[in-house]
Amino acid sequence: MTPRISEIWVYLAASPLLGLTITLLAYQGAFWIFRKSGNHPLANPVLIAVTVLVLFLTVTGTSYETYFAGAQFVHFLLGPATVALAIPLYTQFKRVKAMLLPVIVGLFAGSLTAIISAVAIGRLFGASLPTQLSLAPKSVTTPIAMGVAERIGGIPSLTAVLVIVTGILGAVGARYVFDAMKLRDPAIRGFAIGVASHGIGTARAFQVNEQSGAFAALAMGLNGALTALLLPLMVAWLHFA
Amino acid sequence: MLSALTQLLIFQLAGEVIARGLNLPLPGPVLGMLLLFLALAVRGAPDHELQTTSQNLLQHLSLLFVPAGTGIMVHLHRVADEWLALLLSLLVSTFATLLVTALAMKLCQRPTPAQGETP
Repeated sequence: MTPRISEIWVYLAASPLLGLTITLLAYQGAFWIFRKSGNHPLANPVLIAVTVLVLFLTVTGTSYETYFAGAQFVHFLLGPATVALAIPLYTQFKRVKAMLLPVIVGLFAGSLTAIISAVAIGRLFGASLPTQLSLAPKSVTTPIAMGVAERIGGIPSLTAVLVIVTGILGAVGARYVFDAMKLRDPAIRGFAIGVASHGIGTARAFQVNEQSGAFAALAMGLNGALTALLLPLMVAWLHFA
Repeated sequence: MLSALTQLLIFQLAGEVIARGLNLPLPGPVLGMLLLFLALAVRGAPDHELQTTSQNLLQHLSLLFVPAGTGIMVHLHRVADEWLALLLSLLVSTFATLLVTALAMKLCQRPTPAQGETP
């Protein structure tokens, strides 16, 4: 009996079917918990699904490469989904146009705060220079953040992890910050989430309100572009590296 | 659904080609989003199919971050060395960014009534 089960496992572990199926299962379970909790921000579906998957892969001794061979089919959809963000942005454009000044001011204020505070606090608590530079682009979407980290002397793969954690922190914590500020405007709430925590924050914003989602998508794109342009200049200017 | 998905992929491809061709610092999909937005601004509202397909994709946007997020397991040892500095930096910086962005926008907003429901 036992050899047969292990034979089946050997086959499954090598096929992309398993990685894909457990990704969908873990996410649906996480989403069920999220709904059951009344969309509570602490029950963030990305956080729950990632935790379950890391535990499962560690316990079964499956490597991330093997897992990703299957999960890449889900990962691939991130591209077309990012393009699809144009549609809510178009639908909400009237509101965006009416808020042009707050959008521009909020973008610059938020983008600079994200970069400077991350590096300063890392430095204060003794992070090494490459780690500080890996922290700098942590608020922008993964592909931009990794590219920028590489250019300024950070560690791209470390940046990728920091970006994901930032996204989850923003998605989980945003409501508490905004409620404490007594901030109700869904456009401002969405935009701030997008600046601080990119796509994962945007996903959270869409779960709450379409207008918030559109503004988060806009903020994610704008902050990505601004950080990519600004950060290498700031590093050169401050003679950081 | 098929034609909508094809449209999205075409815009992503165009974004990818332009970003690489012109050496822009933007990733292809983000540029693709801007291109599709411009196309919509020129030709008018998206057709029903594009609308529903995007809605379906975006409804579960969180799912699409799960494979990359699971990659954390590869870097746990690196994070372990400097976990306190990293955690404090990410935590404080993320909250500060939310606060500063929202505050800056609130301060320079013209007093117009907000539309839509509050999240």
